[in-house]
Amino acid sequence: MEAAVFIAAAAVILVGAVGVVGSRNPVHSALFLIQTLLGAAVLFVLQDAHFLAAVQVVVYAGAIVILFLFVIMLLGVDRAMRLDIEPIAGQRPLAVIVGVALAAVLLTVTVVATGELTGVRRAAGERALDNGLSDVERLGRVLFSQYALAVQATAVLLTIAVVGAVVLTRRHGGHSGPSGEET
Amino acid sequence: MEPTTGWYLALAAALFVIGAVGLLVRRNPLVMFMCVELMLNAVNVTFVALGADLNDVGGQAAVFFVLVVAAVEVVVGLALVVAVNRRRASATADDLSALRG
Repeated sequence: MEAAVFIAAAAVILVGAVGVVGSRNPVHSALFLIQTLLGAAVLFVLQDAHFLAAVQVVVYAGAIVILFLFVIMLLGVDRAMRLDIEPIAGQRPLAVIVGVALAAVLLTVTVVATGELTGVRRAAGERALDNGLSDVERLGRVLFSQYALAVQATAVLLTIAVVGAVVLTRRHGGHSGPSGEET
Repeated sequence: MEPTTGWYLALAAALFVIGAVGLLVRRNPLVMFMCVELMLNAVNVTFVALGADLNDVGGQAAVFFVLVVAAVEVVVGLALVVAVNRRRASATADDLSALRG
């Protein structure tokens, strides 16, 4: 049963990923990205990471992809890009070669390393992270004790990002240039 | 039959490679950002799979931080794209050379 869910989610994820890369229209890429993110959320549920699955849907599929779509609409680049022109000679073949090499390395590491992971492995049949607490509670305890400082740093990072985005997209001057009246 | 950790790692590797190839091939900076998101998601799947396998909730905590940093990266990156696009009416990654000093 779990294997069937995994295979279905994996198919959804991989089809979505190929769609993101292969779509000529950026809007279609964004929609395929949502498909991939939802597939990953299913995988999180399968591994008892329910909170992360919810965050994945709300934050990723709900906020980040919507931000992408906003910018696509704002810039008016929702027309199809031509995929057949190649500005740098040999870029595509090189990219494919690099991709194949990367896949070989990653799969080798995966196959070799999975047997040699250190740590307390769960016994067969045991649910992951199962010691009576829900995963939200466990994650919350860890985040606000062990990683409390990192959470604070995250807040600072988010603030900096918001300020930076405002500074970057603000028009200069405001009354000196011809673009000023559009603010 | 239950999917083992190796299945998840293999899927994450495939997803990461697709994202990397897309990042190298595509020239639209928006699509390149989406490919970065694919790669980050592959890493997230790895974190959750290994965290479940090793019975360590730290894997999920790491995914939490990756999510936040991904959101920040998208916000700043899209602001840059908008800023560059205001000066030139095209949207290829080569035009980002306008950011040079």
